[in-house]
Amino acid sequence: MPKLHSVKELNARREAGLGASSPARPCLTVCAGSGCTAAGAQDVLQALRRSLQRQGMEGAIEVKSTGCHGFCEKGPLMIVWPEGIFYHHVTAGDAAAIVGSACNGRRPLDRLLYQDPVSGKRVLHEEDVPFYRLQQRVLFGNNGRIDPKSIDDYLRVNGYAALAKVLTEFPPEQVVGAVKRSGLRGRGGAGFPTGRKWEVMRQQPGAPKYIICNADEGDPGAFMDRSLLEGNPHSVIEGMIIGAYALGASEGYVYVRAEYPLAVQHLSVALAQAEEAGLLGENILGSGLTFRAHLVQGAGAFVCGEETALIASIEGRVGEPSPRPPYPAQKGLWGKPTVINNVKTWASVPVIINRGPDWYAAIGTERSKGTMVFSLVGKINNTGLVEVPMGITLRKMIYEIGGGIPQGKSLKAVQIGGPSGGCIPASMIDLPIDYEALTEAGSMMGSGGMVVMDQDTCMVDLARYFMEFLEEESCGKCFPCREGTQRLREILTRISQGLGHEEDLQLLEDLGWMVRETSLCGLGQTAPNPVLTTLRYFRDEYLSHIREKRCPAKVCKELITYHIEPALCDGCGACVRVCTSEAILGERKKLHSIDNAKCIKCGACMEVCVPKAVVVN
Amino acid sequence: MRGTMQLDEILKDSSNHAENLIPVLQQIQAKHHYLPEEALRHVAGHFQIPLTQVFHVATFYNCFSLEPVGEHLVQVCLGTACHVRGAARVLDRLLRDLKLAAPGTTGDFQFTVQPVRCVGCCALAPVVRIDSNTHSHLTQAKVRGLLKRYQRKEAVPAAAVA
Repeated sequence: MPKLHSVKELNARREAGLGASSPARPCLTVCAGSGCTAAGAQDVLQALRRSLQRQGMEGAIEVKSTGCHGFCEKGPLMIVWPEGIFYHHVTAGDAAAIVGSACNGRRPLDRLLYQDPVSGKRVLHEEDVPFYRLQQRVLFGNNGRIDPKSIDDYLRVNGYAALAKVLTEFPPEQVVGAVKRSGLRGRGGAGFPTGRKWEVMRQQPGAPKYIICNADEGDPGAFMDRSLLEGNPHSVIEGMIIGAYALGASEGYVYVRAEYPLAVQHLSVALAQAEEAGLLGENILGSGLTFRAHLVQGAGAFVCGEETALIASIEGRVGEPSPRPPYPAQKGLWGKPTVINNVKTWASVPVIINRGPDWYAAIGTERSKGTMVFSLVGKINNTGLVEVPMGITLRKMIYEIGGGIPQGKSLKAVQIGGPSGGCIPASMIDLPIDYEALTEAGSMMGSGGMVVMDQDTCMVDLARYFMEFLEEESCGKCFPCREGTQRLREILTRISQGLGHEEDLQLLEDLGWMVRETSLCGLGQTAPNPVLTTLRYFRDEYLSHIREKRCPAKVCKELITYHIEPALCDGCGACVRVCTSEAILGERKKLHSIDNAKCIKCGACMEVCVPKAVVVN
Repeated sequence: MRGTMQLDEILKDSSNHAENLIPVLQQIQAKHHYLPEEALRHVAGHFQIPLTQVFHVATFYNCFSLEPVGEHLVQVCLGTACHVRGAARVLDRLLRDLKLAAPGTTGDFQFTVQPVRCVGCCALAPVVRIDSNTHSHLTQAKVRGLLKRYQRKEAVPAAAVA
C-alpha cells in the first residue's frame, strides 16, 4: 500500500476499498482461528478453493480466512455472504455442496446449519444462534468479517477512523478525558481505571515515554487476547497509536506469548502494513505525530503478565517484579514513564472514540462499564469466546449462552479469573459479573477466564492443581510467595491423599492470609484465592477427604477404587484391550472384573465402557 | 564447527544491547531445539556479561531447554480447561506408552514429552500438540494410535539422531 500522507488520503483509500468490494458480492469466510484450525479449517479452505476452480467460479466468489468467531466448540465455522448463512462443523467433504449451493442460489445445506437444542429448529444466521443472542460483540464483532492479514479489510469496517478523528478533532488531553469518561477499566485483571493511569502518565516530565501492550496471556484456560490479535490485530494497533498521541509516547511494544504463533504472525503482518501505510513511523498522516511499535515475544513465564516483570523481560532480564511505587507510569521501561495496558483495553479505545464515551459508559453497571470478553470453557455445552455487557449474571452466561452442563449433570462451581481467581459456587449463580461483585465473592474479574465445573470436579484437587501451577510459576524473588505456594500445595496434596488432619484447614487459612498480605506482586497476593474460596464454599468436601478419607467427586486417586458392575457388563472386552496393567480379568462374552492389586487407577476402562459398567467407589 | 558458524550468523544481526539477549536465545533454541552450553558461553562473550547471567535467563523462562529434545515434541496441555476434562490421565498414558517415568525424552530420541499450561484451544480440551499439529478431544484410548502416526518405521540408533 502506498504511504498515506493525510487523513484525506486515508479516507480516499477506504472509499476505494469499499467501491472495489461491493457488500453484495458473494464471499465464503472460514474461521481460521487456532480452534477451528485445529479442527481442520485449513483443509476446508483448500477444498473450497478447489471446488470453485473446478466449477470455474473462482473469479465470482471470494474465499477468505478470518479470525475467531468464538463458537470454537462447533468449528470449523464458516459464513456464506451476502446472505450471512452460518455453517458449523464444516469438513473438506462439504466443500463441493457448499459451493454448489452458493453458486446456484440453491437453498442452504440443512445439515450444516446449527440446530437449536431446545426448539430443534435449524438456525440460518449467526446472530440467531442462542450462543450469540445475548452477546454484545463490541470488540470481537469484526473478527468473523475481515481477513486479519488485510489492512484494506480493516479500513472497510471503519478501521483507523478513530485515529483520523483524534488527529483532526481532539487535542491529546481530550482523548484522555474521553477514556476517563467512558469508565474503561484495565482488562488485564486488576481493573484499574485506564483514564486515571493515563492522566498520571501525562503529568510525568521526561522523554521518551513508552506504551506497552500486554499480550502475555498466561492464564491456563483463557484465550481472549490471542483471538483478538489473531482476528483483528489492527484494532489493537489503532488503539495504541491513539494512546501514543494522547500520552506523548514515541515508542511502543507489544509483548506477546511465543506460544501463540498465529497471533505473532498476524501481528507482525499488521505492524508492517501499518508502517508501510504511514500509520506508524514519522509524521503519521501528516499530523506531526511520531510513533514506532515493536513486537517482543515472551519466553514463557506466567509472572511476566505482571507489569514490572514484563518490563524487566523486555529489558532482557529475568521476569522478576519490582515493588510499586514507583509505578511504571512514573518510572517504567528503561526508567522512563510507561503505560501498560492489556490487549482488550487498547482495542476498546477506538470504539470509545468512534461511538463516544457516553455510549460506552451506558453499557454495564454503575462501576463496571462496557463489555467484557470471557473464554467460557470446562464442563459446558457451548465452549468458546463470549463478549457480554458487564453486569450480566452467571446464570445467563452458563445456561443461555453456554447452553448448560453436558450430559445432564449439575453445575458445581465456576472458576473466574485464572489461577489467581476464585471458585464461585452454584448457589451464587445470580451474581452479576462486575469487578466489585466478584471481588466481594472472593474471586476476581481477572483477564476473562471462566471455567465451569460439574459434580465430577473435586474442589480439593482443583485447589491443588492451581497451587501446583503457581508454585511452578512463582519467580522465587520474594519469600512468602516462593515458600508459601510450596507449603500450600504440600498440605493440599496431603489432604487429597487422605492424609490430612482437621487442623490443616486452619493452617491453610492462616498461610493463605500470610501469602496474600506479604507477597511482593499480584501473583503472590492472589495466589491463595483458589484455596481460600474453595475452603469458604466447599469446606464439607475438604472434611470428607480428611474425616472419611473419601473424595465425593471420585477424582482423588488415592481415595478411589474401580470396579465392574456385574449387571451391566456385556463382556465386550473393550476395557481389557485398553488396560495397560493387565488388571482386568475375564474372557470375551463373559463377565469382567478388576484386580485392584494390579489396577493403577488410570480410568481408561471407564472411558471406553459403552454400557457404563465400570464404576468408581 | 557448523554450530558455531550458525551462532555467529544469529549474533551478527544483534547488537550487544541487553534487550537482544532473550531474542538471541530464542533463535538458538528455535534452531537447535535446546541451548548448548558452548552457545551460552559464546553469547555471554558477545553481550559481555557473566555466564551466570545468561544461565539465569536461560533457566528462568519455560521456552528454553538446556537438554537436547527428541525428533517430535509432544506438548500435553495441562491448562485448566484440559485439567477438568482429564488431561492428567492423558499425560500419564502417554508417559506409560513411551516408557517414561517422568516428562522428558525417550531413549531413542524420537519423542520429548513436555507438559504445558494452555495452548489456547480450550474448546477442544483435552489437547496435545505434537510438533505444530494440535490433536483435540483426546482420550487414553486414542493415545497409542496417535503416537504410531509419528513413530519412525525403523528404529535408528539413538547416537545417529543425537
